[in-house]
Amino acid sequence: MAAIYSLYIINKSGGLIFYKDCGTKGRMDTNDSLRVASLWHSMHAISQQLSPVNGCSGIELLQADTFDLHCFQSLPGTKFFVVCEPGTPHMESLLRYIYELYTDYVLKNPFYEIEMPIRCELFDINLSQAVQSDRVALLGR
Amino acid sequence: MQFFGGSEINPSPQVPTASGNNAHMMYVFNRNGVCLLYKEWNRPLHTLNPQQDHKLMFGLLFSLKSLTAKMDPVNADKGNLGVPQLPGQGCSFHSFRTNTYKLSFMETPSGIKIILVTHPKTGDLRESLKYIYGLYVEYVVKNPIYNPGSPIKSELFNTALDQYVRSIS
Repeated sequence: MAAIYSLYIINKSGGLIFYKDCGTKGRMDTNDSLRVASLWHSMHAISQQLSPVNGCSGIELLQADTFDLHCFQSLPGTKFFVVCEPGTPHMESLLRYIYELYTDYVLKNPFYEIEMPIRCELFDINLSQAVQSDRVALLGR
Repeated sequence: MQFFGGSEINPSPQVPTASGNNAHMMYVFNRNGVCLLYKEWNRPLHTLNPQQDHKLMFGLLFSLKSLTAKMDPVNADKGNLGVPQLPGQGCSFHSFRTNTYKLSFMETPSGIKIILVTHPKTGDLRESLKYIYGLYVEYVVKNPIYNPGSPIKSELFNTALDQYVRSIS
């Protein structure tokens, strides 16, 4: 069964603005999640430099032994990436849906300062609902 | 993970389903970051000069391995980010894909890293990389004149490699 372990949102400078961890064993503390996010931002940029052909927009999928990492970069440069079980389907569409939630509940929120950590309750609620429907396998872990 | 097959080269695992060449380039590094082999079949864009390119590639892989070891959601006991991992220690990635290329990576227990950059639609190349490692063992390691840690100059290796990579669909 496929499951989502965590979700990160990075602003265009590489700073972590949102982090949600649904896993149980591999939990990271705040500092580590900040470092991992910045590291990913840099790796994403470097991978564009190593492309053999023009027009590379960075890493979209990273496959490791125990997890897959799907990354979506929006036009302004905000990156959304999700760590999930290997072979989880439909992660790209989930990421696009999360981007829609982000534009609706975060960007359109007049009290939200752009590039700052996200503290919008409605965003959290809707995100949990979106992830829940994919998270059946995590129940009982 | 199970790594070593028998003492001879394993039979080629891929049945070629398409002719033509899918691969853009290939790198082989040793554990110290020395680029033992760089082969290019189809690379229209060169962003950096070769030395910088090799260093950047090695650096990217080193950091990505560190990242995947830290991000591993399954293992509870992980080292700190940035601590060099031994080959085989911690979770390692085997490929990543961008919109223009797919990079397949394999690290052997001796620290030899084999990287193959191909078309983004390529499938899982882990078996192919193992076969290439088999070629490396046969033609390079078993060559008594080869000096470990120096760039590979074996003609036989290059030919066999070329032939094999062109047959990967």
